[in-house]
Amino acid sequence: MSNIETLIKTLVEKHGKTRNSLMPVLQGIVKEEHFLSEEAMIAVAKELDLSAADVYGTASFYTFLDTVPRGKNIIRICKTISCHMKGKDEIIEALEDVLKIKVGETTHDKKFTLLTANCLGWCHKGPVMLVNDEVFPEINQQKAVEIIEGIAKASK
Amino acid sequence: MSEYLVNLKINNIPVSVKEGTTILDAAKKLNFNVPTLCNHPDLSVAGNCRVCVVEVKGARLLAASCATPVSEGMEVLTNSEKVRTARKHVIELLLSEHNADCTKCFKNGHCELQDLASEYRIGDHVFIDLVKAKDKIADISSPSISKDDSKCIRCQRCVRTCDELQSVSALAVVKKGDHQKISTFMNKPLHEVVCTNCGQCINRCPTGALTERTYIEEVWKAINDPLKHVVVQTAPAVRIGLGEDLGYDPGERVTGKMVAALKHIGFDSVLDTDFTADLTIMEEGTELLTRLKKALVDGEKVALPMMTSCSPGWIKFQEHMFPDLLDNLSTCKSPQQMFGALAKTYYAKKKGIDPKNMVSVSIMPCTAKKFECGRPEMRDSGYQDVDYVLTTRELAMMVKQAGINFMKLEDEHYDSIMGNSTGAAVIFGATGGVMEAALRTAYEIVTGREVPFTNLNIMPLRGFEGVKEAKVMIKDVKPEWSFLEGAELSVAIAHGLHNANTLMKAVREGKANYHFIEVMGCPGGCLGGGGQPIPTSPEIRSKRAEAIYGEDEGLPLRKSHENPEVIQIYKDFLGEPLGHKSHDLLHTHYKPRIRY
Repeated sequence: MSNIETLIKTLVEKHGKTRNSLMPVLQGIVKEEHFLSEEAMIAVAKELDLSAADVYGTASFYTFLDTVPRGKNIIRICKTISCHMKGKDEIIEALEDVLKIKVGETTHDKKFTLLTANCLGWCHKGPVMLVNDEVFPEINQQKAVEIIEGIAKASK
Repeated sequence: MSEYLVNLKINNIPVSVKEGTTILDAAKKLNFNVPTLCNHPDLSVAGNCRVCVVEVKGARLLAASCATPVSEGMEVLTNSEKVRTARKHVIELLLSEHNADCTKCFKNGHCELQDLASEYRIGDHVFIDLVKAKDKIADISSPSISKDDSKCIRCQRCVRTCDELQSVSALAVVKKGDHQKISTFMNKPLHEVVCTNCGQCINRCPTGALTERTYIEEVWKAINDPLKHVVVQTAPAVRIGLGEDLGYDPGERVTGKMVAALKHIGFDSVLDTDFTADLTIMEEGTELLTRLKKALVDGEKVALPMMTSCSPGWIKFQEHMFPDLLDNLSTCKSPQQMFGALAKTYYAKKKGIDPKNMVSVSIMPCTAKKFECGRPEMRDSGYQDVDYVLTTRELAMMVKQAGINFMKLEDEHYDSIMGNSTGAAVIFGATGGVMEAALRTAYEIVTGREVPFTNLNIMPLRGFEGVKEAKVMIKDVKPEWSFLEGAELSVAIAHGLHNANTLMKAVREGKANYHFIEVMGCPGGCLGGGGQPIPTSPEIRSKRAEAIYGEDEGLPLRKSHENPEVIQIYKDFLGEPLGHKSHDLLHTHYKPRIRY
C-alpha cells in the first residue's frame, strides 16, 4: 500500500465510511500532502464507495482543497476591493520579487506557493495576507517580505 | 405525503392539495403552466434555474415554485408582471452564457431553453457574457454521447440523472462561480470514464448540451451509394416511440408506417431486430436450462443467477462496477449484434450479396448501442457486424428530411428474411419483457405446456416497480427434463441502473437466490431508452408500455420458438441453439473495466 493509501485508510477509520466524512478526509490529506492528487482522490472514492467524479466535484469546489501540487507553505493575498485599495498589488509585486515566482506558481524548492484569495473578512485591517492558517493583517511590502523570510529561515 | 389538505389560492382560484405539494404541482392541477428548466418529474428537486419563480403574497422575495411547498391560506400569482419580468431576466441571464447557435444545433426545435426564449421574446443581449460560451469545445470522444459545455445552463438534471436513476455519477458539478461546469473526474473525456453511454442524461437535458453522436449523414451516404446494399433493423421499442416525434401522442403504435417510411427513405431491405430477439430467447433460454442442468445434475460449478445481456448500457455498467460477476452474464450477444452478425453471413448468403458491399444500419431506442456496435468483439462476420446505429430521434429526423408525410403513410410489412417476429420479441422493449418471453418458451420446452398465465400474459413480471420478483413452479415435466420436476424457478427483474446496482449488491453478498435476472439499463426498459423521443416521464413511459403489450396481444404468434424464420434458420444455418455456429456468431465475452 502506498503512503497516500495508508494515510487515507487512517483518516477513514477516524472519520467513518459515510459520505459525511468526505470533507474531513480531504482536509486531512491536504494537511499532509498540501494538495489532492488524482491518485488520492481515487483512493478516497474507493474507500467511501463514491464515484471519482463526485470526489473531484467536491474537491474542486473549495479553494482550500487544491487539486494541483502546492508548496509546503501557501501564501494567499486578499484580492478583494478593500485590500485592493489598500495596496495589495504592491505586496504581490514584492513577494513575486523575493520568491522569484508569479501568482499561482510554486517555488523551485517547493517551499512556497503564492496565491490570491477572495475576501478573508479582514477588510478593516487590510491589506491582509494568509500564510497557511495564520493571518497577517495590516501588512506592507517590507512586513510581508520579512514574514516570508522568517518562515523560510525557520524551515531550513 | 400526508393526507392533510391545504387550501390556497393560485391566481385567485381556490384549490385544495395534499400537504407537502409544491406550488408548481398545485398550479399544474389548475392547468396553469409554470415554466421549468431544472425541475424534472423523474428527479429530485434542485431549485437552481429560477425560471419557475412565482409571487407569494406577503413574501419579500419571489419563490421557486418547484421547491416551495404550499401552506394554508397562501395566495400565489404565477404570471404577474413582477413574475414575468423576473423570469425574463432569468432567461436572459441563462442565454448570456449560452451558445445560441440554434440553427446548427441538433436540438433546434426541441429545446426547452429555446422555447422559453421564444415565449418571452428575448431580444438583444442585455447582460454581458462573463462565461465565454463560444470558447468551449464539445467533447465528442464518446461514440454515443456528445457533450457541449457551451450550451450547458448548469441545471444539473444530467448530474441528478446519472446519480439518482443510474448510480453511475460519471458527471458531477465541478468548481464554482463562473468556473462552474458539469464535468467528469479530472475533466477527462467521456470515453475514458465510467459513463455507460445509456443516454439518460440526453433525455433530460433541456438544451443541446447533451445529445447523441449522430450518424445521419453517413447513413444517407450509404443509401445514396448504388454499390451498397443497405439493410436496416428496427428495435422493439422504436415502433412505439417514433410517433411522438412525428405528430402522435405517446403510446401510438406506428410499426407499419415506420416500415413504409424506411422503404421510402431508400433502405434496400427493412428488417426487424425482433427476429433476433426471438432468436435470443432460443439461445438464452437454452443457456439457462443448460446452466441449471450443470448445477443440478452434473454438480458443476456454474455462475448463477444467470443475467440477461441485451442492454449494452447495463453490460458496460457491470464491466465497470461488478467485474466479479461477469460470468453470470449470459454469453448471448444483444439482439442488435446477433442481427448484425447474421446479416453479413446468413442473409448475405441467402440473398447472394457480397457482405463487403453491405451496410448494416440499426434503429435503436438507445445510445449505448452506438458504442456496442464498435466493440472489437462485434466483428464475427468478418466485418463490423453493425455499421451505424441511429436513435429513434435520428430516424424521425430522417423521415422529415425525406419529405414524408408520416401520418398519411399506408402501413407496410417487413421484408424477408429476418423480418418475421412474435409478440414475445416485441415485449423486449419493456422492463420484464425478456423474462416474460423467456418463460413463455422455456416453460413450454420443459413441460410441453403453455405457461400457466391467462392469455400468456405473465402479469407479475410487468410494471415499473424498481426490482420485481416472481416464482414459477415447474411440474409434470417431459422425461428429458426430469431434473427440474418440482423445482421452483425464481427470477428477478431490475430496470434503471440504480435498481440494478441494488440488486447486484445483493447478489454479490449472496443474499439473492435467483436463477435468472433480467436487467435493462434504462428506466422502464428500452421504451424509456436514451435514444427515445424527448420528453420522458413516468406517465409517458406507462403509455409506451401499454402500446408494447398491445402490440404483443395483436400478433398471431406470441412465443419465440414458434417464429417460422427462427425455425428455418436453425434448420438451414445454425443447427441448434448453443451449437457450433451459434457459438461463433451469436455469443460473446465481456471485459472487466476499472471503475476509477
